[in-house]
Amino acid sequence: MALDSSAKRVFKVVGTRPPRPDGVDKVTGRALYGADVSAPGMLTAHILRSPHAHAEIVSIDTSAAEALEGVKAVVTAADFAVQDDQSLRDIQENCMARTKVLYDGHAIAAVAATSASIARAALKLIKVAYKQLPHVTDVDAAMRPDAPVVQSGRSLETVPAGMSENVTSHCEFGHGDLDAGFAAADLIVERSFTTAATHQGYIEPHACLASMTPDGKADLWCCTQGQYNVRTICAALMGMEASQLRVTASEIGGGFGGKTTVFIEPVALALSRKSGRPVKMVMTRDEVFKATGPTVSSSTDVKIGMTRDGRITAGEAHLRYSGGAFPCGTVDMGAQAAFAAYDMTAVRTLGWNALTNRPKEAAYRAPGAPQAIYAVESVVDELCQKLDLDPLAVRLKNAARKGTRSSYGPTFDDIGLVATLDAVKAHPHYTAPLAPGQGRGLSAGFWFNFGGNTCVSLNVNTDGTVGVTEGNPDIGGSRAAISQMAAEELGIPYDKIRTIIADTSSLGHNDVTDGSRVTFAVGLATIKAAQDAIAKMCSRAAKIWDIDEEAVVWEDGAARPSGPNAGKFPPMSLAEIAAVSFNTGGPIAGHYEYNADGAGVSFGVHLVDVEVDRETGATKVLRYTVFQDAGCAVHPSYVEGQMQGGAVQGIGWALNEEYIYGEDGRLQNAGFLDYRVPVASDLPSIETVILEIPNPGHPYGVRGVGETPIVPPLAALSNAVSRAIGLRLNRLPMSPPRILQALSEG
Amino acid sequence: MKSIHVSASVNGDAVEFICAPDESLLDVLRNRLDLTGAKEGCGTGDCGACSVTLNGRLVCSCLVLGAEAEGTEIGTIEGLATGDTLHPLQQSFIDHAALQCGICTPGILVAAKALLEKNPDPSDTEVRYWLAGNLCRCTGYDKIIHAVLDAAKTMRGA
Repeated sequence: MALDSSAKRVFKVVGTRPPRPDGVDKVTGRALYGADVSAPGMLTAHILRSPHAHAEIVSIDTSAAEALEGVKAVVTAADFAVQDDQSLRDIQENCMARTKVLYDGHAIAAVAATSASIARAALKLIKVAYKQLPHVTDVDAAMRPDAPVVQSGRSLETVPAGMSENVTSHCEFGHGDLDAGFAAADLIVERSFTTAATHQGYIEPHACLASMTPDGKADLWCCTQGQYNVRTICAALMGMEASQLRVTASEIGGGFGGKTTVFIEPVALALSRKSGRPVKMVMTRDEVFKATGPTVSSSTDVKIGMTRDGRITAGEAHLRYSGGAFPCGTVDMGAQAAFAAYDMTAVRTLGWNALTNRPKEAAYRAPGAPQAIYAVESVVDELCQKLDLDPLAVRLKNAARKGTRSSYGPTFDDIGLVATLDAVKAHPHYTAPLAPGQGRGLSAGFWFNFGGNTCVSLNVNTDGTVGVTEGNPDIGGSRAAISQMAAEELGIPYDKIRTIIADTSSLGHNDVTDGSRVTFAVGLATIKAAQDAIAKMCSRAAKIWDIDEEAVVWEDGAARPSGPNAGKFPPMSLAEIAAVSFNTGGPIAGHYEYNADGAGVSFGVHLVDVEVDRETGATKVLRYTVFQDAGCAVHPSYVEGQMQGGAVQGIGWALNEEYIYGEDGRLQNAGFLDYRVPVASDLPSIETVILEIPNPGHPYGVRGVGETPIVPPLAALSNAVSRAIGLRLNRLPMSPPRILQALSEG
Repeated sequence: MKSIHVSASVNGDAVEFICAPDESLLDVLRNRLDLTGAKEGCGTGDCGACSVTLNGRLVCSCLVLGAEAEGTEIGTIEGLATGDTLHPLQQSFIDHAALQCGICTPGILVAAKALLEKNPDPSDTEVRYWLAGNLCRCTGYDKIIHAVLDAAKTMRGA
């Protein structure tokens, strides 16, 4: 359902719902994911991981493992050169600990053997002497001056003096006079919140197949959101030139940001180099939880002032995030996103990142924003409750719009927040009656979106079909959307296009599939590559007709003479031009390369009804509606899919999902039985309302849609639960034991 | 450990394989029979990505030993289509955009087929509970449920 009424270009292919090109492969089991390929002579590799949260590595003795029959290579950090670049050094030390293990599950050695069982047996023969150190896994505890130091010497100059060495960075955003703003308020609410670290929970564990030959060339097959990034990092860690390492992205079994870096890939390459054999490595689920990227855990204070009629006069947030054992800049994004939905005269956000003995944070859909916006939207809701104001009316009254100076600096261009809030107001869900004991909550959400480096080739085949070659792994249906945009621009049917994802040797650099960038940036590059091909086809037609190139236009999939020559020659279709291309100058292809900006920010609003079982503490989601501005929904089904999937991940974050650490600093729930993600029977249908407020930065108006949907559920659920039980929990997840505790404390 | 010789049928074809006594049926299918459609998402029976049928019964193949398959009939995602004709569930998943990354899709299709064989006309709630053992992290399940209900309707009409 598209509610926006502004005049838009009339599309033929964009906005339709054709079948995805990878559909048949995926429903028949043919699609090849990270763990699905093998190579002749392949070895199987496994990793030895730390049982301690924090310990010095006194010694590692791999001799017995190496002597085991069938073992072909053992590697430790000693097999990797020490990197000069700090961020590469962090990545390397996260893949393989060098002097200290920094979290439960930190990799320490790896074995490649002729079978998985031999590799596992060899791990048991590796003798590691540890000297255990005090650990810290809580962000607030890690910031205290007397906290155990996870890594020293990592604090940036921005960190105020006197803080724990664990505090690695500090940031500050905002504008206006806070004191005057709070003085103008009729009511000020100040609250503290915490959110647990959660995992992206992709169903496919990390997997790769590395094959390096004695001449220094290597091929790497892996599940990743960015094969070029994998190449850059692995080439640096291995001391290789980029051209000698070809990385091919497999089909990817979910990523959500968690597959934007490397974990096992450099290790598999090192084992392959050492053994002279192809090496396959697949993580177990236990390893995925313990050693790959969860989100940050957070602790946040928010203070907001409001007038009796619902005008926000000032807002301040202090955010303390921990991205685990390595420095992490995610708090900067949280501090920028916290108040983005509001037009504010006085706003300030301060952020700190602290090291803890937890795995290194990896991106997860809108990294840093859900935690910050959860806290802000909870306080706004409490103010509405206390002042007896309608939460939607208050958000509309204070909504950021075109021309608003955002809380993080830039002035907004065309944005869809007000239209989205209006759509909520007009939707039957907002006024549907609730039964006693039920509660309704809403929250706005925001994400910046990203453009980035992008390169696309578009090849016109002689039979009139077209191949698009792009470089971004398809996570949510982007091959379909990109084929649609190519078809739209060229004026040919969708099924004449085939879009494929190139390996790193077949196309120029493309940034990682992240920041909701692919449909926006790769789509734009595809449109430009199509225009490049169109210009060449017009030139060929001009040559055939013996008229000026400038006197040829492209309309409805054909070159047509224009101006004084209009109507002199019958149009030549793409297929007709392609058929004779070998006689008119050779093959026809279009290209486009750029570093995209103009991604266009994204807003969404979620509305949810819940019921809480006061005996069990379980929260039942009764109805859920997602409203979001997509700019232009190229393939509406996959836009809805992003909205629904993100919402459900947010529901899991709000109600159940959390990393639970014991007193010993070890992760207690590293499996899907104890880390419970939402299942089908937990959920109602997730309704969706797509708005289309065109992004001025894209020829079709496209905005990224992938990340924003995970932002609003945290506060929407919390606001709904607080209205259902008359109590506000300021801690996520609101798992049944926490709800029962809150109810018993009254 | 001495390997064990096993004779079974997979998707109607006779197969023979040898496997280690502690080797899962999932590993046999993937590593010995080259049937990589079933996926290992957890190895502990919690995610359902490795779902297959064993003598018609839906199981997590990561929790079954290869040696237990002696004399059984195994059904996997690779046997769902008939020749070049997709099963109505497969077609419905494509038509309803019921998959994104697709890693859970083989397990969900095998599980949904097992449901419709028992109950050709399930309610929305029955589909949700039957598929509660199959995790999907991309879709929020909505389009999956619709695809199964629509395929059931098609199959009842066939």
